Amino acid sequence: MRRAILTSQRLLAVFLAGMLLLFSPIVSLFDRPEFWFGIPFIYLYLFTVWTLLIIAMALIVGSQK
Amino acid sequence: MMLGGPLVIFISFVYLGLLFAIAYWADRRADQGRSVIARPTVYALSLAVYCTAWTYYGSVGRAVQSGIGFLPIYLGPTLGAALWVFLLLKMIRVSKSQRITSIADFISSRHGKSHLLGGLVTVIAVVGVVPYIALQLKAVSNSFTILMHYPVISMPGNATALPFWQDTALYVALLLALFTILFGTRHLDASERHEGMVAAIAFESIVKLVALTAVGLFVTFGLYRGFSDVMQQAQAAGLLQSMLNASSVSDQNWFSFSFLAAMAVILLPRQFQVAVVENSSERHISRAIWLFPLYLLLINIFVLPIALAGQLAFPDGRVDADTFVLTLPIAHGREWLAMFSYLGGLSAATGMVIVETIALSTMVCNDLVMPALLRYWRTRKAPADLTKVLLRVRRGAIFGILLLGYTYFHVAGEAYALVAIGLISFAAVAQFAPTMLGGLYWRGGTRAGALAGLGAGFSIWLYTLLIPSFAKSGWLPSAFLEYGPFGIELLKPQALFGLEGMNEISHCLFWSLTANIGAYLTVSLLKPPNAEETAQASLFVDAMKYDRPAIGLWRGNAEVMELKRLASRFLGRHKVDTAFAEFSSKRGKTYDPTQPADAETVHFAETLLTGAIGSASARVMVASVAQEEPLGLDEVMGILDEASRIRAYSKELEKKSRELEAATTELRAANTRLQELDQLKDDFMSSVTHELRTPLTSIRAFSEMLLDDPRMKLDDRKRFLGIVVSETERLTRLVNQVLDLARIESGRGEWTTGEVNLAELIQQSIETTGQLFRDRGAEVKAVIPEGDFQVWADRDRLLQVMLNLLSNAVKFVPADNGRITITLTGDPQHYQVSVADNGPGIAADQQEIIFEKFQRGDDDGVITTMGTGLGLPISRQIIEHFGGHLWVESHPGKGAIFSFRMPKGSDRLPASETGSSDEPTYTDRG
Repeated sequence: MRRAILTSQRLLAVFLAGMLLLFSPIVSLFDRPEFWFGIPFIYLYLFTVWTLLIIAMALIVGSQK
Repeated sequence: MMLGGPLVIFISFVYLGLLFAIAYWADRRADQGRSVIARPTVYALSLAVYCTAWTYYGSVGRAVQSGIGFLPIYLGPTLGAALWVFLLLKMIRVSKSQRITSIADFISSRHGKSHLLGGLVTVIAVVGVVPYIALQLKAVSNSFTILMHYPVISMPGNATALPFWQDTALYVALLLALFTILFGTRHLDASERHEGMVAAIAFESIVKLVALTAVGLFVTFGLYRGFSDVMQQAQAAGLLQSMLNASSVSDQNWFSFSFLAAMAVILLPRQFQVAVVENSSERHISRAIWLFPLYLLLINIFVLPIALAGQLAFPDGRVDADTFVLTLPIAHGREWLAMFSYLGGLSAATGMVIVETIALSTMVCNDLVMPALLRYWRTRKAPADLTKVLLRVRRGAIFGILLLGYTYFHVAGEAYALVAIGLISFAAVAQFAPTMLGGLYWRGGTRAGALAGLGAGFSIWLYTLLIPSFAKSGWLPSAFLEYGPFGIELLKPQALFGLEGMNEISHCLFWSLTANIGAYLTVSLLKPPNAEETAQASLFVDAMKYDRPAIGLWRGNAEVMELKRLASRFLGRHKVDTAFAEFSSKRGKTYDPTQPADAETVHFAETLLTGAIGSASARVMVASVAQEEPLGLDEVMGILDEASRIRAYSKELEKKSRELEAATTELRAANTRLQELDQLKDDFMSSVTHELRTPLTSIRAFSEMLLDDPRMKLDDRKRFLGIVVSETERLTRLVNQVLDLARIESGRGEWTTGEVNLAELIQQSIETTGQLFRDRGAEVKAVIPEGDFQVWADRDRLLQVMLNLLSNAVKFVPADNGRITITLTGDPQHYQVSVADNGPGIAADQQEIIFEKFQRGDDDGVITTMGTGLGLPISRQIIEHFGGHLWVESHPGKGAIFSFRMPKGSDRLPASETGSSDEPTYTDRG
């Protein structure tokens, strides 16, 4: 039971981190007309954050067992 | 072979046939009790019904319009998924325990099982979602038309120009209605789960992902050399400029679209259906939390490349961006890829239509038609078997909804009202959020509050979003958009109260949710919730605390027989018999069917009926066969209070019993320790007695010999008396030592503490034992450096320790060439005295034992006259009393080194003054 509470609180932390990285002024820092590896900077940033969020959630849920 | 109409139709039918086969197989497996959908991955895939044709074709269109503006629709649900462990879990638990089968039933049940509320939710859902279904029909019809003209790329004309019987969309709609009826309403189930449908949906999710990825790979790596190549060429053509200069991440839509999508992913009727109603285990949520966002990520990777490649390939804008997924393969002559892409779009559209229609038909049947029928049957006799009626109503609803969707498509065609419907639909279902989520966590929400909130939100949505979209389609005069109704500027639908400069969706979302939440809160707070509302609120809000629903919230007269008969009319006799048998065996009671039913049974029957006809209707039906005495608010509060008190008590009891258990364990440990001590005492006593007996025996023997033989020689007499005297001395020494040890151990030892110079002490001890060494022919050497070696101790006691160590050493050194070395050393905190001999040494396993009472190092069995077996234990006690430590290091054959170490210092306050004392405590004085 305590394990489950810990997992849900970790997921809440991921949610808050995601809010910060995607919906705060931080995201506008990356909103620049530049290319990285030939790909627009902001596009690369969003997909990277997205991937990291999914990995974090998978690890948190996976460590529950 | 060339693609053409007949082949496309044939393959479409084969694909739909495959879906039928999968659904049929899964249903069969479910009937055999070997479910294929009871797997977390299948659950996560079925959630991907979220990705409709609007995603499949429309994302590319959105990307062309607004760059990364298509992403919030998928980023929102990703973040939202992190909260599913709270939100979705609670929704599932509530729904399962009360057999809630639709979102309308959920909201209605939470607010006191109201028909009116369920009806309102159903109307909102139907109005909000039917155009969305129309969009899917349009996507299928358009993609079919485009593919039919292969290899020519021609945009389908306005379908409204055709007579309806030539319109593909009509046949698509009819076909899907047939499919949905076959798998959505095959039988009426109290839990309303459709295993076959879920299996087919999960399959479709795979197809659409693979198809879109195939097109994406072809475009990105077949037509171009990877992502950066597409991007660079697009940049060279100036396509990325707008996206780079003014991307949408910083405007308000970025957040509001994400929020909308995060809500929609659990509140859209089809999402509620797959996520809550079709869920087979709460544990599946964990996998879905990351697998579903991963699916969304994967299906979006190639959206931007396809959008850019499409713009590069069709620079004249003649080809609709919404069709790039299909037209790019056609333009490059990849007919099978085009076919596959078409199938992907078909699966995205059909999946959405099937689930959405089933969900809506349940709502229409339970919350619109059933209340009307119940009213109708009040005056007329109802048919005995209502199962067929229910199934017919559902099938009719499915047909009705799909025809409504088709009609909307036929009328709207290419109009704005259809193209923009995705987010408009999302905004409609977002109106459920306050009552739904508020109701899950707030007890205060009432039926009137929910009605007011939903009504206000829905009205504003109609006014600011749907009606303007009609006006933009040219169906209404657009003057009121520009100048407001009757020229009142303040009421302009898209700049309500002068709020300008917002995107229409964000604008609508702000005003509708403000009105919705405001009305919900205000009206709920006007009047306290009544008994029924309080009871239901407790079931929802406390869902995670109760192991099972609180019962006992019912009072009246009902017969089990009657209840069963009632349920059988809706669910069929066989199913009800099984359900009741299971229920009574779970409770461990058997029933006399004619006996009056208790509250729990009534509750069970009502829940059973809820699954089939919705909570409000079930309530009415149960009330019709039972003489109910309504409970007052005070009584309900009393029962709930008592329930929570009982929970508190049981928690308290659990805590107490845990404490008791801990205390018992402690007591048990203490008891064991006491027994050990008792054993030790016994051992000690028997050892002491044994040690006393040995000298006593010899004293007695020699005394008797002296007594019996008066003529004994004087020499012998002297010798015998000498033995008697020495044995007596030994006896005295033993008794003294035993007393001494007992005193030290019990903390009543007499100590005369003062400053002791270790160097002097060593010299004195060597002098005292000098005769012993000379007798044994041993050589003593003392290594004492210059310096001041003051320790705080009892001088006599410390001398006793030294003498003991020295006399031990001399006992074990070899005769005539024994060597004993005494060394005194020091470190910043301690002085150390070591006595090393060249005797036989002590085996490692003996090194601790010799410090125990009556254990001697001379384990060869010879009891030396000197040893009592108490010298080392007493020495150790003494050293430890002064905060020191006594130990031995030895290797057999290489002698032994006995050392003790004492804390330095003369300035310390003695922990124990002369006289009796408790165990002294020597804390680290560093």
